[in-house]
Amino acid sequence: MSDMQRRTFLKLLGATGALAAGGGFARSAFAGSAPHVVVIGGGVGGATTAKYLKLTDPKVRVTIIEKNPIYIRPYGSSEVVNGHVTMAELEVSYDALRSRYGIEVITDTVTGYDPERRVVETAGGKKVGYDRLVVSPGVQLHYDAIDGYSQAIAESKIPSGWIPGSQTQLLAAQLKAMRPGGTFMIVAPPNPYRCPPGPYERASLVAEWLQHHNPTGKVMILDPKNGFVTDTTMMLGWNRLYGFNVPADFRKGMPIHGDWPMLDHTGPGMLEWIPARDGGTVKRIDARRMEVEAENGVHRADVINVVPPMTAGKVAGLLGLTDDKGWCPINHRTFESLKQPGVHVIGDACASGMPKSGFSANTQAKVTARAVLDLIAERPASEPAWENTCYALAASDYGMFVADVFMLVDEKISRVKGPRFQPLDASRAQIRMSAVYQQAWMKTFTDDCFA
Amino acid sequence: MKLSVLLFAAAGACSASAWAQPQASGETMANTCAACHGTHGRVGEDVAMVPLAGMDKGEFIRAMRDFRSGKRPSTLMHHVASGFTDAEVEAMAEFFAAQSLKGGER
Repeated sequence: MSDMQRRTFLKLLGATGALAAGGGFARSAFAGSAPHVVVIGGGVGGATTAKYLKLTDPKVRVTIIEKNPIYIRPYGSSEVVNGHVTMAELEVSYDALRSRYGIEVITDTVTGYDPERRVVETAGGKKVGYDRLVVSPGVQLHYDAIDGYSQAIAESKIPSGWIPGSQTQLLAAQLKAMRPGGTFMIVAPPNPYRCPPGPYERASLVAEWLQHHNPTGKVMILDPKNGFVTDTTMMLGWNRLYGFNVPADFRKGMPIHGDWPMLDHTGPGMLEWIPARDGGTVKRIDARRMEVEAENGVHRADVINVVPPMTAGKVAGLLGLTDDKGWCPINHRTFESLKQPGVHVIGDACASGMPKSGFSANTQAKVTARAVLDLIAERPASEPAWENTCYALAASDYGMFVADVFMLVDEKISRVKGPRFQPLDASRAQIRMSAVYQQAWMKTFTDDCFA
Repeated sequence: MKLSVLLFAAAGACSASAWAQPQASGETMANTCAACHGTHGRVGEDVAMVPLAGMDKGEFIRAMRDFRSGKRPSTLMHHVASGFTDAEVEAMAEFFAAQSLKGGER
């Protein structure tokens, strides 16, 4: 380990109490006892890694250390805001990982580690030895990066609801209580951001809810970017459903003829998107006055939902795995950290070039499980393969997607060239089927990760 | 794993059919299908997606080829099938054909 890392580590030890000399932990060795893989983080990436390690080699000992006793899935969590599902329906248990696969799941918070002796320390005083460590920490939100915004404000008045929980419920309650004709504002995040639950899908589901319950209500998106993944297919949906006029430079390939053409709306629609080039970048939030100051002026709103800038989950920084931008550089074949040998980083937190989605984390986890077993067995590294599909809804029965296959080329994760998005001339049936499959995917995906 | 690695200057993205490079195993590629089609291709009977476990090898290959050409209409399977070569599809087909639908003891 580098001197800098060593200093960081010594500081960590100082902050958390030094390891007792000699340990008091049982560390597995390659010879004799089964190798032990410890996974920090029990989200999609961590759970899938643990399950696929056991599926591939049931003799390997696998332990997940996760701070929450139950997983609350972020994908699909905007459906709590529009009342399609309850918070309870987002909950996923670790029971199947324990009982079906024999994975140990410890509810505890990691406070530090000794990467040389390969021991993880927890707030609960546990010292857990490992042969390989997999870190799947998700993201942390930087509420304070926006002037006038903070975690305290997010929890009481202007929720983010990006990591699902009480803020998601608060946002749902605020939408229901909004005055007739009020404005629901979404402050979209800068790149890169963890996609689920999808800022633009959330805007759509709120607009759909308003059509039924508050038809003169409005949705406004303030955006520090000039585009987003699935922007053209989403804008066509907004055009058809919410009176949105597609900006001139997004009109290429839009259906003009046929039975479901893009329309030119005369009045303002119920959904407005203000990109960076039109002054959509937010400078300041005034929570007391419920005002948002963007580059194009001050906007008053009745409900404000902020998706703050984000970086790799906190534990990644604590373990010295992040770069100066706050993400984790990795070897693209094995997901081994470029900062710390013996440690692998997957999911939203790693700098892989893949979209920061649950689907990406799931396929990265399987590649990593294989790589970890190859490394432990001292076999040559296997050839990897990945996929990502992000479904999105413009309405409950209006689906779309981006779908990609990734292969390793010159040791870099590379997208295989080909079509990515739902065609703009997709039929009503195709659009509806995308929504049907999106809903079915919630279950098949959760099962592949956790059951 | 193939040892003969043909090195071509691949700028940016790789094409699905252009050149030989080491191929991932059928299982590794099949694992990328599992998020929708279930672990090892096993999904419940009440799910919209088709189970792939135990599917006849020829049927799988034909389906992927027809998705890719557009002969068989789809939502996103045209996109996914376009990401794999014939040899990769065949390796996945062999893996799924060897899986039992019920899975037994997992």
